[in-house]
Amino acid sequence: MHSIYNFVSGPMVWVAFIVFIGGCLYRLLSMGILAAKRDNVIFSYASPYYGMRSILRWLTPFATTNMRKHPGMTVVTFIFHFCLLLSPLFVYGHIALISESWNVSWWYLPDSVGDVMAFLVVGACAFFMIRRLKDPEVKYLTSASDFVILAIVAAPFLTGFWTYHQWPGYSICGILHILSGEIMLMAIPFTRLSHMIFFPFTRGYIGSEFGAVRHVQDW
Amino acid sequence: MIGKEQWDWNPGRKIITDLGKWKEEYGYMEEPAVSPDGEKVAAVIKTPEEEFGVCVNGEIWESTFDKICYLQYTPDNRLTATVSDVGEWTVAVDGETWENRYDYMWNLHISADGSRIIAAAQKEGKYLAVNNDVPWENEFMFMTDLSVSADGMHTSGVVQVVPFSEGDIHTFRKGCYTTAVDGRTWENNFMNVWEPEFSPDGKHVAAQIRKSNYEYSIAVDGQAWNNFFGCVWKPRFSPGGDSVSAPVRVGGAWMLARDGEIIWNKKFVQLWHHAYSPDMQHIAAIVAPKFGKWTVAVDGKAWKPCVDEYVTDMVFSPRHNRVACIGKDNGRYYVMTDGKKWDEDFDMAWKPAFSHDGEHLAVKVEKNRHYTYIVDGKILRESYDMLWEPVFSPDGTKLLIRGITRVSGQKEQYFREVISLNQI
Amino acid sequence: MLDSAKNMKTSLIRDEGIIKSASVLTDEQVRKVINDVLKNETGARLKTYVDTCVHCGLCSEACHYYLSHDKDPSYSPAGKVKQTMWEMIKRKGDVGTAAIQRMSEIASTECNLCRRCAMYCPLGVDIAYIMLVVRRICNKLGVTPTYIEDTSHSHSVTMNQMWVKDDEWIDTLQWQEEEAAEEIPNLRIPLDKEGADFMYSVIGPEPKFRAQLIYQAAVIFNAAGLNWTMPSSPGWDNSDMAMYTGDHEIMGRVKKVHFETAMRLKVKRIVMGECGHAFRSVYDMGNRWLGWKMPPLPMVHSIEFFHDLIKEGKLKLKKKFESPVTLHDPCNVVRGRGLHEMARYIVGESCEEFIEMHPNREHNYCCCAGGGVINCGPPYRNTRVDGNRIKAEQLFAAKSRGAKTIIAPCHNCHGGLEDIVEHYGLHMDIKFFGDILYDLIEKPE
Ligand code: SF4
Ligand code: SF4
Repeated sequence: MHSIYNFVSGPMVWVAFIVFIGGCLYRLLSMGILAAKRDNVIFSYASPYYGMRSILRWLTPFATTNMRKHPGMTVVTFIFHFCLLLSPLFVYGHIALISESWNVSWWYLPDSVGDVMAFLVVGACAFFMIRRLKDPEVKYLTSASDFVILAIVAAPFLTGFWTYHQWPGYSICGILHILSGEIMLMAIPFTRLSHMIFFPFTRGYIGSEFGAVRHVQDW
Repeated sequence: MIGKEQWDWNPGRKIITDLGKWKEEYGYMEEPAVSPDGEKVAAVIKTPEEEFGVCVNGEIWESTFDKICYLQYTPDNRLTATVSDVGEWTVAVDGETWENRYDYMWNLHISADGSRIIAAAQKEGKYLAVNNDVPWENEFMFMTDLSVSADGMHTSGVVQVVPFSEGDIHTFRKGCYTTAVDGRTWENNFMNVWEPEFSPDGKHVAAQIRKSNYEYSIAVDGQAWNNFFGCVWKPRFSPGGDSVSAPVRVGGAWMLARDGEIIWNKKFVQLWHHAYSPDMQHIAAIVAPKFGKWTVAVDGKAWKPCVDEYVTDMVFSPRHNRVACIGKDNGRYYVMTDGKKWDEDFDMAWKPAFSHDGEHLAVKVEKNRHYTYIVDGKILRESYDMLWEPVFSPDGTKLLIRGITRVSGQKEQYFREVISLNQI
Repeated sequence: MLDSAKNMKTSLIRDEGIIKSASVLTDEQVRKVINDVLKNETGARLKTYVDTCVHCGLCSEACHYYLSHDKDPSYSPAGKVKQTMWEMIKRKGDVGTAAIQRMSEIASTECNLCRRCAMYCPLGVDIAYIMLVVRRICNKLGVTPTYIEDTSHSHSVTMNQMWVKDDEWIDTLQWQEEEAAEEIPNLRIPLDKEGADFMYSVIGPEPKFRAQLIYQAAVIFNAAGLNWTMPSSPGWDNSDMAMYTGDHEIMGRVKKVHFETAMRLKVKRIVMGECGHAFRSVYDMGNRWLGWKMPPLPMVHSIEFFHDLIKEGKLKLKKKFESPVTLHDPCNVVRGRGLHEMARYIVGESCEEFIEMHPNREHNYCCCAGGGVINCGPPYRNTRVDGNRIKAEQLFAAKSRGAKTIIAPCHNCHGGLEDIVEHYGLHMDIKFFGDILYDLIEKPE
């Protein structure tokens, strides 16, 4: 058990980060090369101003028509993405580990807040899952892989939550927590989670086309 | 035909007529046409009987018509137009009409020496070309893209030879079109044929063809090249007439091919309107080396200066292999020549004209609704209310200006003026 | 039958041409063409869109087909991608000849390429682009709906949309000139006038079915004292159905002729009639395929042109249009060019009473004729009419607040709305701005 722990919290972390960062760079680079080869037209239309205008607009809660049409989804999505991105960076447990290894640390969240955030992520995942099962328009688009992706995202938070509360089997859960976090990191570049890295490009591009070429807003 | 040598090349201005008077007198006047030598100006006017007539230097043609179209001068200074009377169309030359009449006539072509006048015609739904009043022997259910050999002796057009009803896409795909040369069709039909082009001696014809939805090539005298491409543009015969070249699209990029094989091993985002130098040694083309950047390439090598909007009117000089064109950048027009873009910008610029020796270059340009010429990079001091394109004297030392100036109130003087180049 | 065909809706293919064309296809040809287009003609854009789509379904409510079919998910934007492009990619092109027919129908007749969904997808996935790639694949296989394919053939032969022959075009202009000259003496439609300020270009159906629009335009330009021209040669037509069949090569050829005609005539800009798809073709699509980042000459849509003429005082109106109007925003000049406020300016200047329909401006619902769907002809009339019940409801709401006339500054919108108005018994008039202005302006004696 200890050796497994050592493995997932040692070499495996490195592997995960290398795959995550390397994978993201690889995806971006190969997409860039492909774009230059076959879609180089799109570069001529990229407008930093209108691209950013669109990105920021779509990162602001309720700033677009569609967000206002789906208030529940909007609230959940924003909370979900907010907690998903911030809590791993600022929970005390992570910072303590990093500080132990490299002696660097930064501001962290009060434990209870981190706890609530993890809960919210898991709750949001449950919401998404129900949506996929119940809403016909989402169900129609859903395939098994979508549930797998949801599970990949929910797992680190669920296990983290479990471990934090020291519920039965929490030591195994601790290992699973680290492992699932690593799996999620590694999955980002190679699954639909890659929308994280491509969002600025797809949004920025449509924003440029709508704003700079067609003189109209895209929200 | 009177050669250019015989024109009046004595420096000085000659006022030919006051067009303002015509307007006053007839109350209706279309855009004037002027003779190449500048001695005559003509326009369609309306007679008091509400008929259309042609006024030439103040005199009107004896005959009047229901309609007059395509009024223009031939290179040998004759005035021609398509005209219609009681629903029938024909061609009039200096007021005399052809014998043959048709339900419709249009698209006047004139041979380089002016001796031949050709028009497209339609009678009872059948299409044909008419050359100096001599019609093709065969008629077709459809004809377009009329073209004429340099000497005007031969004519060709894209014609439909297999009928199909509207909506019959399957017959269409089998190929219903071909080229008719002097009324005789090629042996092969294609899905599409575009813009037939004669060899310099008028004996051969090349055209763009589409064999199936996405197979394009060039056919010469009805035989397609062995290779097919993603797309093609207008082919040209070499000045010797022994080969045909055309821009072709390969893998999403444009290249130049000769007789089916790539000759410029260089890819462009766009490549069209290629032309041979008179000495046959060089080929120039309008190209886009990058998306949204336009210039000219000579023998596959693009000029450095590019414009953002478009390049047009590319010409070779008769001697010395100089190339000139018009480029549009950021809403302004520029003259580009010999790999450089002249500094002056204009509201509009016309086709560049070289002197016969290729030494001088003159271009009609517009600024603030006034027209002038830019000659070898220098703008004429005077500008005019209207101007026709510049003509060099055969020895290349003088320039013929044909223009209109508005003087005090109604007066609109049409004049011709000869200036010597060293005056500029 | 390949199983992707089984997954397809069982509805029968309505177009004889598609069936006939598919009957000579093999599954192997289908596979080859799909892979060829995916590998050699598309790139990062398509790949990113497909990889990035998170299957969230948030684009659904953007689409009038989805809304009109009681939220049937197979009509949602991503739902249509699922049935077409996702299948093609998942099966590496092995979808078979049966499925490709249905895919052609989905892409060509169940999506107007209206780009409304691009404003609803949080990730900015451009469904219209994907549908166009599907259409191109189908076109390369020959399984494009007959009527629009025929139109594309017309473009290829005559450089116009309606098989209008060279002489018929000039004849029509002269006829309209003659008629208009009876109303306004010495009125002209100047042909090939080199150096005019602008060339006026129209779409094929104008000389064929709606010649009075050319008449009206001539009267309006004449009243405003403009220096304009129309070409006597092919190149007069700005429309483009080849763009919508995915035949970029013919699209490019037709646009080349159009722009080069204007260059030859040495005009400074091209003003075009009230057409939306043609605007997309000259502003956004055809120019790009030819290597022009923007149109080589400024392309001015009639909405912008009329707006400027009124604003600059060149067009004086005697009175205002009395019956209450509503305004349909055509996708291609609103989401395609942001002309909605200019359109409202014209309405404000020319009409007594204006009743907005909702949603409006860039959020307006498509007429369901756009994107070439109306050009797919009678077999798909019901696809359009049933697929746009939501538009009928929108119009009805405007009508119950008093609107009697619909202003639709686009030809396709006219066609589409006429069918909707008729089918749903709305009894509303449909007009172009040209119709309204022609009646209201002060004409020279
Ligand atoms: S019709 Fe419009 S909203 Fe519907 S899928 Fe097509 S582009 Fe999107
Ligand atoms: S296209 Fe956009 S809105 Fe539609 S399912 Fe995909 S990601 Fe969601």
